[in-house]
Amino acid sequence: MLTMKKFALPNQSGPCRVLSFDDKCVGCNKCVNVCPMDVMIPNPEKGEEPIVVFTEECWFCGGCVQECPVGALTLVAPAKQRISTIWKRKETGEEFRVGMTNPLPPVTTPPSGNRK
Amino acid sequence: MNWHEYVAQTGQVPKWPYELGYDKETVISCDVLVVGGGVAGCRAAIAARQGGASVVVMDRGFSKRSGEGGAGVDHWHGAVTNPCSKVTPRMYSEAAMDTTDGFTNGLARYIIGKEGYDTLLEVEKMGVQIRDEDDEFKGSIFRDDETKLMFAYDIENKHCLRIYGYDIKPCVDREMRRLGAKVLDRTCVTSLLTEGGRQGARVIGATGVNDRTGEFVVVKAKAVVISAGRTNRLWGFAPELTESQSMCNLNQTALGNTIGWRAGAEFIGMEMSGRAVLSGLGYAPYSTGNNNNTYQGAPTVDRNGKDVYYANAYGKLLYDEADIFKASDEGSFIIGHGIGLDNGYKPQYRITTTDPELWKKVMAGEYQQPFYNDMTKLPATSRRMIFGLMLAHEGKCRVPIYKNFTQWGFDPDKDMLQYPVQDYSRFPIDTSWCGPENTPANWRGGGGGYLVDWRLQTSLPGLFAAGCGPIFGHGCHGESHTSGRYSGRQAALYAGQNDAVEPDAEQIRRERERCYAPIRTNGDVGWKELNYAIAKIMQDYCGDYKTEHTLDMGIRRMNDLFETEGQRMYASNPHELVRVIESLSLCELGIAYMEAAKARRGSVKGLGFFRNDYPEYDEAQKKHIPISLKDGKVHTRDLSLYYHLEAPYSSDLEENYQRYSQA
Repeated sequence: MLTMKKFALPNQSGPCRVLSFDDKCVGCNKCVNVCPMDVMIPNPEKGEEPIVVFTEECWFCGGCVQECPVGALTLVAPAKQRISTIWKRKETGEEFRVGMTNPLPPVTTPPSGNRK
Repeated sequence: MNWHEYVAQTGQVPKWPYELGYDKETVISCDVLVVGGGVAGCRAAIAARQGGASVVVMDRGFSKRSGEGGAGVDHWHGAVTNPCSKVTPRMYSEAAMDTTDGFTNGLARYIIGKEGYDTLLEVEKMGVQIRDEDDEFKGSIFRDDETKLMFAYDIENKHCLRIYGYDIKPCVDREMRRLGAKVLDRTCVTSLLTEGGRQGARVIGATGVNDRTGEFVVVKAKAVVISAGRTNRLWGFAPELTESQSMCNLNQTALGNTIGWRAGAEFIGMEMSGRAVLSGLGYAPYSTGNNNNTYQGAPTVDRNGKDVYYANAYGKLLYDEADIFKASDEGSFIIGHGIGLDNGYKPQYRITTTDPELWKKVMAGEYQQPFYNDMTKLPATSRRMIFGLMLAHEGKCRVPIYKNFTQWGFDPDKDMLQYPVQDYSRFPIDTSWCGPENTPANWRGGGGGYLVDWRLQTSLPGLFAAGCGPIFGHGCHGESHTSGRYSGRQAALYAGQNDAVEPDAEQIRRERERCYAPIRTNGDVGWKELNYAIAKIMQDYCGDYKTEHTLDMGIRRMNDLFETEGQRMYASNPHELVRVIESLSLCELGIAYMEAAKARRGSVKGLGFFRNDYPEYDEAQKKHIPISLKDGKVHTRDLSLYYHLEAPYSSDLEENYQRYSQA
């Protein structure tokens, strides 16, 4: 982002991005309000995605992802966690991880249980 | 977006979005105040409402998902009265006491045994699935076909149940609000109010600060339940490094215990500070190959696909899936894992674990790393039970593990999860993601809690304790529901029998001054800098090595920090202000821990406590040493480990339960 060059910004603290919002976000702030740690604030611009202010206070519970009414939110594990969690396909020996390039398609089996 | 992106895109720093209310004071009155809106607090509030009390709940977060249990649960311990169980409440309490040489909470374990299953049946009514209603696991060795209950750890004794608990917190939260409890979200408790403002007197309310508005709140109550006592941030604090990837979050500063310490309540077991196992320095919870707890029963293979076997407590290798879920001794039962008995676990109560000879076999070239968790080897129902039921419902697993892994293509039918490559210190490898070896030895986890009686009342009249932080030797998620429900019931009874007392205005004024000092002084120390320093003191002076001399030094350092840097704090918004208040409270809590460690002049196995100046394990140390503040001075005494069965109580568990549990 070239615009960043205009500003003197401090280092980001620990993980830079714990949540990513996609275009579906309508700025309803339900995620802001369910977060037990209060890591986000509403965007001053109505309808825009919230701002994660206290990034390193996120404890990765995923409550915000579950709360999002439009499925706009993804919980982003820090790089250290992504790179240390590896699985291997038994048949082929190929290795995979969260955040890899060219992943296999998602597995869509829902969790066990019959509640919503 | 994050803050940096917002600033870079707009050229503006976002204004604090909530109206500031530093000067506002709200005063509320109720019968029962519950401090902490986690699962224990919600259950206390529900029970107190059902008992006819008006209820206020003060929660640091937002009670729909807050607390350690807010992110879900997959198994429920101590459901010993379920129709399939062969364990009785008496067996459960006595085994817990036996396996720890008496260093756990005999009365709390009995109450949990008596009421744990009933407490679970209530959450079923609130909307939580606890049975295999759709017969997905029909025919599984872990299921009872009549009740459709499913069992963890021990399939012969059937006292620990697998449940679908991902949404358990929203369910109990909804019920609590439906019953009319008033919830003060985002409110950090700062102190207890006592009769006449005196230390050691009856508790009659509490104060708090809101982390969005900075508003001060005073709650007057006839009885108070503390359900906020889990300790984090004391020895281990490095959020940038740990990325909060532990099972505790940064809101868990044991403030519920610290305010009780300050108010003069007695605590026990505070000297127990075991090596930290969930600090988050290792891996995201449940994210790496492992075969313990939620993954119990998952097969392990080495790099070449060679099987690694489980072993019983005597090292006998187990080749059959069913044998992994049986006690090592005929006639005994596996108590369960992760319920605060880690310093004990005599062989007859222990879970089965990986082959204890595995490291030797690695060194001899029989096995090669890395190991993999290979669930493809399991029957389809067992595999689904681990990944689809347990992993998908356990705390902090639904989104970070189940959703994210499957979104990136993980398929338990085809894929093997890799264990970290590990050195000797990490063997056996069962708990690879959370093993203590991921953490330096002087990073400890605090134990201990309020000394409670058969009503779960603390030594201060009107103050009750609930949940696994406030109550010493208590248990885990399900047990917190149970003690919360019991404690709330007792608090409502107390409130019905005792009149309200007007709090001391001077006590409130002083507390207000204390809380707002960081926004009035032009300080130069932030909450994180103070917290790092607190953790450093604890690591250095209350870590692995402890003597009278070093503990005294630690207490001096902590007082020095509190009186120097601690008086130069700044807070630029209410969120930071509350973090400062928490951090300052950690100074007091750290001192309490070090005083407790000092008071025990001996080493005790069952407590996991070692003093370098008293290295012998000493029989005479088999006692509690309750510790409290009296007129600002530390006071200790001796108490039998079996105090719950001695005068003024009956020597019989059931008789005590009958006498105190209802009226």
